[in-house]
Amino acid sequence: MDAIKDGLSQVDCDVLVIGGGTAGPMAALKVKQNNPKARVVLLEKANVKRSGAISMGMDGLNNAVVPGYATPEQYTKEITIANDGIVDQAPVLKYAERCFEIIQELDRFGIRFQKTGNGDYDVKKVHHLGTYVLPMPNGDTVKKALYRQLRREQVLISNRYMATRLLTAPDGRIAGAIAVNTRSAEFLVLRAKAVILCLGAAGRLGLPQSGYLWGTYENATNSGDGYAMAFHAGAALANLECYQINPLIKDYNGPACAYVAGPFGAYTANAEGNRFIESDYWSGQMMQEFYNELQSGKGPVFLKLNHLHPDTVGEIETILHKVERPSRGRFHATRGTDYREKMIEMHISEIGFCSGHSASGVFVDEFARTTVQGLYAAGDMANVPHNYMLGAFTNGAVAGEHAASYIGEVDLPEIDAEFIAKERARVLAPTKREDGIPPNQLEYKTRRFVNDYLQPPKVTARMKIGQQRFAEIREDLDTAMVARDSHELMRALEIASILDCADMAAHASLFRTESRWGLYHNRVEYPEKDDENWFCHTLLRKKDGRMVSEKQPIAPYSVPIEDEERGAYDQLRVRKQA
Amino acid sequence: MPLAFSPTTVPVVVDDAKCIAEKGCTVCVDVCPLDVLRISEETGKAYMKYDECWYCMPCEADCPTGAVTVNIPYLLR
Ligand SMILES: Cc1cc2nc3c(=O)[nH]c(=O)nc-3n(C[C@H](O)[C@H](O)[C@H](O)COP(=O)(O)OP(=O)(O)OC[C@H]3O[C@@H](n4cnc5c(N)ncnc54)[C@H](O)[C@@H]3O)c2cc1C
Ligand code: SF4
Ligand code: SF4
Repeated sequence: MDAIKDGLSQVDCDVLVIGGGTAGPMAALKVKQNNPKARVVLLEKANVKRSGAISMGMDGLNNAVVPGYATPEQYTKEITIANDGIVDQAPVLKYAERCFEIIQELDRFGIRFQKTGNGDYDVKKVHHLGTYVLPMPNGDTVKKALYRQLRREQVLISNRYMATRLLTAPDGRIAGAIAVNTRSAEFLVLRAKAVILCLGAAGRLGLPQSGYLWGTYENATNSGDGYAMAFHAGAALANLECYQINPLIKDYNGPACAYVAGPFGAYTANAEGNRFIESDYWSGQMMQEFYNELQSGKGPVFLKLNHLHPDTVGEIETILHKVERPSRGRFHATRGTDYREKMIEMHISEIGFCSGHSASGVFVDEFARTTVQGLYAAGDMANVPHNYMLGAFTNGAVAGEHAASYIGEVDLPEIDAEFIAKERARVLAPTKREDGIPPNQLEYKTRRFVNDYLQPPKVTARMKIGQQRFAEIREDLDTAMVARDSHELMRALEIASILDCADMAAHASLFRTESRWGLYHNRVEYPEKDDENWFCHTLLRKKDGRMVSEKQPIAPYSVPIEDEERGAYDQLRVRKQA
Repeated sequence: MPLAFSPTTVPVVVDDAKCIAEKGCTVCVDVCPLDVLRISEETGKAYMKYDECWYCMPCEADCPTGAVTVNIPYLLR
């Protein structure tokens, strides 16, 4: 294993789904359910059985729109407000209308959701305005349940293949993708009528405070390859300056899970043990208050449970230490942290791109279509804001359904042999060198500079120095990076994606000359929200080989927002501290 | 410039007495999202080859004999 082999094969299919985490399996299933004859390939860098954000399962749905608790219109309104108005409502509303049906389908797959004594779904309030959080008592079964369905529908699964670039046809539409085997470096060319991108967040962009490259919030497999591939294929990416930054357990860097503990009476507190935010729901405005508290004399910030009854704490512990990030209990044990006695120290995460949690992603419409014909995107990498796990499932389903009918309208596109040969040379270059800079050093340096120069509060001069440093690293990557086996080659290719994302983050942040989304895009020289000039999306794309950004109007709202509702998320700080 | 050998203490440990890799088991190697486990050619047992771990635990949860223990990587501890 891991030796570099020379090999190139080609597979033709109708729909290629890239990324078998959360959105990907659902997309593949929906193509098959709607078009059983379709040839569907699900390509995965890791192993579909245990890949992606939900590798070990999940504690609950963060954004379930369940009849009786919330309406699709209410949800759309809340997300529009939480996202400072920069939302095309059509995809959000579509999600909100469809997600209940997906919950029921997941239920049929064997993934159970919490119910009350009457048999109704037991939805909890965590958001600032509405009620959307639905616990999953056996959330550890998610991946197994999905896998069973994939086998049943005979989806072709290719594990341990890392997609590196998309293929486009001479007429500009999508034509497939190129992938490399992470254990043999052999090439696979996939020719397809439609491609659905489900490669997750760009989770290895900033460097965690621990300095450990893999100690990220996101599953560290998600290195932003999807963002980079979409960019190089000419697709538009939206609002990348709206970074993902999360409030996490310090050093462990996993969620403290106020969503789980909150309904039991836990809350985010300062060092004095006092509440300082009205709502624990993760928004940019909440993150700004969190940041302010960290910087103040009242920091650091903690998750507080030690005021609760020990039995209640025990109940929370069993949930938090079992499913989502089960190593959490071990982390606390090594430091002797008992929730009953001590508050849990929190911090803010490194930056990343992720629409699942914020709004930075590939631009899509309500059918999950990107700006490239035949190319779809769903899940964390597609810009349907605050989408989370149920958004990945639902929009994956939307993409799969649309692709299932689209493939009936088109022929298999032509692929470009010259492009493939060039890509092969690019990919294999680090394996041809005897000596040079190994991937881990290039990655460390890139991500340290991301922290030094791109992390908010954002300063123009700093971001410009960051761009220079990234250009220097790119030069090293192109001329001196060395990979000794196919595993290192995967890491080497990931750095190319990380560097692309770093460049996109700087470019997008410099373009929007205002502050918006709380901490996510806090620009020191432009401290105010400027609706007159910047009430719009920003779209970034590759044009004639260069990175360009432009404004795009927000589609007219179908769910109106009253003036007095607009600022609801601007007032998250507790007025008077008790 | 030649490459150096820099040691790190790895978070994932395998109990050789329990590991049944010689019977053909490769479960932990198969499921790891970061692809950092391998079967050693020397011992015939599973081990952590690359220190690139998300401390996510499929390797431990899916091992049929309970041979794998995931610790928190030292830098985070
Ligand atoms: C720690 C954590 C806790 C969370 N908790 C909750 C929660 O409680 N409730 C909730 O609703 N949401 C939660 N979320 C968010 C939710 O899990 C995600 O929004 C959702 O799972 C994203 O799905 P996805 O399909 O976009 O990405 P993923 O599920 O991460 O899938 C991406 C897949 O792409 C693969 N891939 C990456 N690059 C390549 C490549 N180059 N080639 C081929 N394949 C590739 C990866 O291996 C992976 O399998 C949490 C997320 C995290 C990280
Ligand atoms: S899963 Fe367990 S028994 Fe199988 S190879 Fe790994 S450590 Fe050995
Ligand atoms: S904890 Fe996760 S990343 Fe680490 S070795 Fe096990 S499966 Fe792999």
